[in-house]
Amino acid sequence: MKYPYFPGCTLYTKAKKLDDAGRECSQKLGFELDELKDWTCCGATFPLVNDYHIAMSGPTRILADTKARGDDKLVTLCSVCFNVLKRTNHVMRNDEERRAKITDFIERDYHGEVEVLHYLQLLRDEIGFDTLREKVVKPLTGLKVACYYGCLLLRPVKEIGLDAMENPTIFEEFIRALGAEPVEFPYKVECCGAFQTVHSMTTATRCSHDILRSAKNSGADLVITTCPLCQFNLDDRQPEIQKSHTAFSAIPVLYFTQLLALALDLPAAGLGFERNLIDPLPLLKEKGIVS
Amino acid sequence: MGELVELTGLKDGQPVTCACALGNLTEFESVPVDRRVMVIGGGITGITAAIDLGNAGYQVMLVDRLPSVGGRMLQLSETFPTLDCAQCTLTPRTVESGQHPKVTLKTSCEVIGLEGEPGDFTVSLRQKVTYVDWNKCTGCGTCIQKCPSKGIALFERDAGRMTAIYTLSPQAVPNKPQIDPDRCRYLTKGKCGVCAKSCPVGAIDYKQQESFFAARVGAIIVATGFDIYDWKNKMPEYGGGKIPDVIDGLTMERYLSASGPTAGAMVRPSDGKEPKEIVFIQCVGSRNPEFHKAYCSRVCCMYTAKHARLYKHKVHDGQVYVFYIDIRSTGKGYEQFIQQSVSEEEIIYIRGRAARLYREGDKVMVQGADTLTGKKIEIAADMVVLAAAMVPNAGAQELADILGIECNADGFFIEDNYKLSPVETGRQGIYIAGCCQGIKDIADSSAQGSAAASKALVFLSTLRRQNQEAV
Repeated sequence: MKYPYFPGCTLYTKAKKLDDAGRECSQKLGFELDELKDWTCCGATFPLVNDYHIAMSGPTRILADTKARGDDKLVTLCSVCFNVLKRTNHVMRNDEERRAKITDFIERDYHGEVEVLHYLQLLRDEIGFDTLREKVVKPLTGLKVACYYGCLLLRPVKEIGLDAMENPTIFEEFIRALGAEPVEFPYKVECCGAFQTVHSMTTATRCSHDILRSAKNSGADLVITTCPLCQFNLDDRQPEIQKSHTAFSAIPVLYFTQLLALALDLPAAGLGFERNLIDPLPLLKEKGIVS
Repeated sequence: MGELVELTGLKDGQPVTCACALGNLTEFESVPVDRRVMVIGGGITGITAAIDLGNAGYQVMLVDRLPSVGGRMLQLSETFPTLDCAQCTLTPRTVESGQHPKVTLKTSCEVIGLEGEPGDFTVSLRQKVTYVDWNKCTGCGTCIQKCPSKGIALFERDAGRMTAIYTLSPQAVPNKPQIDPDRCRYLTKGKCGVCAKSCPVGAIDYKQQESFFAARVGAIIVATGFDIYDWKNKMPEYGGGKIPDVIDGLTMERYLSASGPTAGAMVRPSDGKEPKEIVFIQCVGSRNPEFHKAYCSRVCCMYTAKHARLYKHKVHDGQVYVFYIDIRSTGKGYEQFIQQSVSEEEIIYIRGRAARLYREGDKVMVQGADTLTGKKIEIAADMVVLAAAMVPNAGAQELADILGIECNADGFFIEDNYKLSPVETGRQGIYIAGCCQGIKDIADSSAQGSAAASKALVFLSTLRRQNQEAV
């Protein structure tokens, strides 16, 4: 099975490891991520004001391109791209006036025909977690994982509809399929501080600290996420956290595709762990997952 | 009282006897049909309507699906704004409804059908199985004392335990027990029979079958009341019912009640310790059009202030925090009650909603915001009480379908005209009153009960006059 794939800018740079692992795993799982040609940036933020249509022209073009290829699905790995594309698609489907304005401007014919899928959703709805469980070569037994959702994968729930907003479970089901144990932690849908990290690092640091502390208190060995920005905040802010909270000990923050790759027995050397600020390898070795 | 009456049977067209019939149904049927009224729901609203109608000389059948009357008010501790004991004010009225010569109680009984026309309705009812022959039972309570099976008590809202053979409350009217078949050892495992052995009059009947009967009445008053919004399943942000020290307001009433499971001692569910820091959250599920109920549940501002005060009366060094959107205290003496609570009891009101509750150690962490200062707030509380939205009682829509009246999108019965005929429905001869029409407090509920009774009287006497004139 071939799925049109929109990687997004971050997955070509900072979040390369999310992308690489995702593509490699797809081959193991029997589907192909077929990258769109000439894709552009999704805009990175869904417009926060109603009449800011220009910001939706980019994502609409991406969706129209997918339709023009003759496809009706588009897969993303990045929570931010997923959020922007999915919400833009919602406007295309439900708001005739705004759709007309945008499609007239970019001179494309698009009415929301494409279904935007997150990779995790593809695993759940197209592949099935039971099939995934069967395909796992090396179950991650004994690994306690804090599944961190963040905001953009879920909210606003009426437009995204991937899972429940306050107590989602898709990530936990995924982790169980890999043979690891998800921990219940109350901060799993709290904000990581997001773009605050640019102009108010203390805010982002505080948010990240709350999430990581909650994960650790719940007994997690590591945290996984789908979002490059969450991964950045949770991982790269840890030295900052340690400055103000000396008792805080580091915890690795991985992309879900990196864990998936390990469970499918892909070589750890190609999974970009060297780009993780908090090196997960000592933990993974201790757990016998990586030799 | 206590007479076994044969009535028009509905089961397979065969006459059936009704072993749970309390009250003299022969007498009920002794007056013409246009002098009989059925009241569905035995809460404060229904009781008020029934007593008013009885006093006016009409025969009333008061139907409730629970084993005894009293409704939600019987679960309350003390009531605002006067802080008088709910049981003390209500019990004289439940007793009156039970002893009134014109009122026939039909409890553990449900309406299942309606035929006929205004002025002459035939209502079909199902008498549920109680496993106790109430005509024989004297209400001595020996069976309850001897019953070895203890379990969750619905009336106590998980706060207390109850035997498998039970009455809802100590002063139940009628004071006749019934057996919960899911918990009874004899009915589940075939062994025990302690209640049957201990009953001095042989009233226990494990083989009792449900029975059906019909009643002809001229008018019907519906007062089926409210339930608490299903926050445990619908609001995972507040722990989804998995944090033991997060309870709803009605459960708090049981903890505060002198006749409740803790005899009025203020303790928290998880470990029985006295909570020193307690957080109340208002508008839980109310005023939330996007995900829950759009309407205001009207009484929560007041009962939260009341809870806070009663708590402070019991725990003098305790600290109370109340998260609120705004305070709605629009009754006589209500605003004074709120002001007094704030100034005298040092209750801290925080304007904002709590976003999330979670457990950390033995504390309940409350994340919220103070929208007046714009600050994020986190409180490590010993206990949290949610003022959960009030919703119509389960089965309101089914009853509406049976009676041929309508419910709105939230499940409340629709009145003929909200302002000018608030207790009348689209169907003549059927009236609505109390919380089933819309959320209201006890004062408004009993007022509406009387209003519905008076409307039923007006309808039936007008009908009689018209019939006489026609003759």
